[in-house]
Amino acid sequence: MHEVGLMQDSLVLALQHAKQGGAQRIHRLTMRIGDLAGVVPDALEFAFEVVARGTMAEGATLDIQRVPVRCYCADCAKEFEPTDLFCECPSCRRPSAEIRAGREMELTSLEVS
Amino acid sequence: MCETCGCGIVEGVRIDGAPTDIGQASSVQGQHAHPHEHPHPHDHEHPHEHAHPHEHTHEHGHDQVHPHPADAHRTLDIRQAILEKNDRLAERNRGFFEARGLLVLNLLSSPGAGKTTLIERTAAALKGRLRLGVIVGDLATDNDAKRIRGQDVPAVQITTGTVCHLDAEMVNRARERLPLDALDVVIIENVGNLVCPASYDLGEDLKVVILSVTEGEDKPLKYPVMFKQADLILVSKADLAEAAGFARESAIENLRRVAPQARILELSARTGKGMDAWCEALEAGVRQKRGRPASPSSR
Repeated sequence: MHEVGLMQDSLVLALQHAKQGGAQRIHRLTMRIGDLAGVVPDALEFAFEVVARGTMAEGATLDIQRVPVRCYCADCAKEFEPTDLFCECPSCRRPSAEIRAGREMELTSLEVS
Repeated sequence: MCETCGCGIVEGVRIDGAPTDIGQASSVQGQHAHPHEHPHPHDHEHPHEHAHPHEHTHEHGHDQVHPHPADAHRTLDIRQAILEKNDRLAERNRGFFEARGLLVLNLLSSPGAGKTTLIERTAAALKGRLRLGVIVGDLATDNDAKRIRGQDVPAVQITTGTVCHLDAEMVNRARERLPLDALDVVIIENVGNLVCPASYDLGEDLKVVILSVTEGEDKPLKYPVMFKQADLILVSKADLAEAAGFARESAIENLRRVAPQARILELSARTGKGMDAWCEALEAGVRQKRGRPASPSSR
C-alpha cells in the first residue's frame, strides 16, 4: 500500500510543473503505469482523491495509461508481449529473463488552465 | 501514512532512535505542509523568469491583471519518472559503495521469513572471512539491530514509523553511521513486505529474496513483481519443509518459471544446511566486486 506515497510524490511533481507553467488549475493528470510496476491503478485513483483535496488539482481527472509488459527472448532474438506472469516466449516456450517494458511509473502530462 | 490526511509524507523516520527530516524536503512548506492552492486570485505582477520553455503566451503587458479564461486548457508535457528522486539518490549510494569496493545486498522477504536469523548465522559463519555491516529497517523497535550487534556486527536501525519500505534516502542517512572502510559486505535488511520494497532501488548490487518453506510453494506466483527482480532467491527454513508440507519440487519449478534470471539456493540458518553455498556466494561476490581475492578479515 505505497500508492498513497507514490501519488503524493506525483502530485508534488505535478504542482511544481503547473506552477512553473503559470497554471492556476490542473484539470487532468496523465500517468503511465507498467503492468509490472507493482502498483494498483484503483488504489492510485483513491489516493489521488485524498491527496489532491485542497490543491489546484482537486477534482481533476486522473488518466492512468497501462503499459503492457514486453519481454525479450535471447534465443529467438525477438521481443514479445507475454500472456501471463511466466513471460514465456510464444515461439520456444522458454521463460524470458529480460523485461524491456512494463515497470514504468511516470507522470506523463498535465492539462491545465 | 500521515494520520491526519492519509498522505504518504514520511514522518517519524528514525535512525538508531534519532529523528530525521526525511520526507519533509518534498513537502511544500517544510513542517508537513501539503501542496495547496492560494485562495486569493493570482494576477500577473509576479516576477516571471523565462529560463524554462512553456506554452504561456504573452501578448499582453505583465502588469495587466486578468484571469485565464476557464476554457483555455493547454497541455504540459512532463514525462518524468515518479521515483526519479529516489533513483537518483540510489545511484549516489551505489557510487559511494562502489568506491569502497563493498558488496551491497538488499534482503527482501515477507515478515517472519527469517531475515534477521539468516544475518545472525551468516555473520557467525563468516567470522574471520568477511566483515559484515547491516542496515535494518522496521516500522518500530530496534530489536533486530540489537540481535545483529550481538554477533559483533555493526548495525544501524532505521525505524520507518508507518512506511512499508526502505528508500534510498533512508539508506543514504544510515550508511553514514556504518564503519564502511572496515567492511566487505553491507546487508540492507528491508522492511518485511513482498510488495512495496520492489519499487525502491536502494543502490544495492543484488536483490536477495527469501522464500521460507512455511509460506507455501505458490508464494512466487502470488508476488511475481518481487520475485522477477531477484538476483538470488534463498529458500529458507529448509529444516521445516516436511513439517510444513512444503512441496519442494513444485516450489522450485514455480521459482524457475517466475524468476528465470535468479540463482536459487536452499538453506536452513538453524541447522546450517546449505549455509556454505550461501557464504561462498557472498565471498565470490566480494571477489568479483574487487576484481581480486577477498582479503581475510582483520578481526
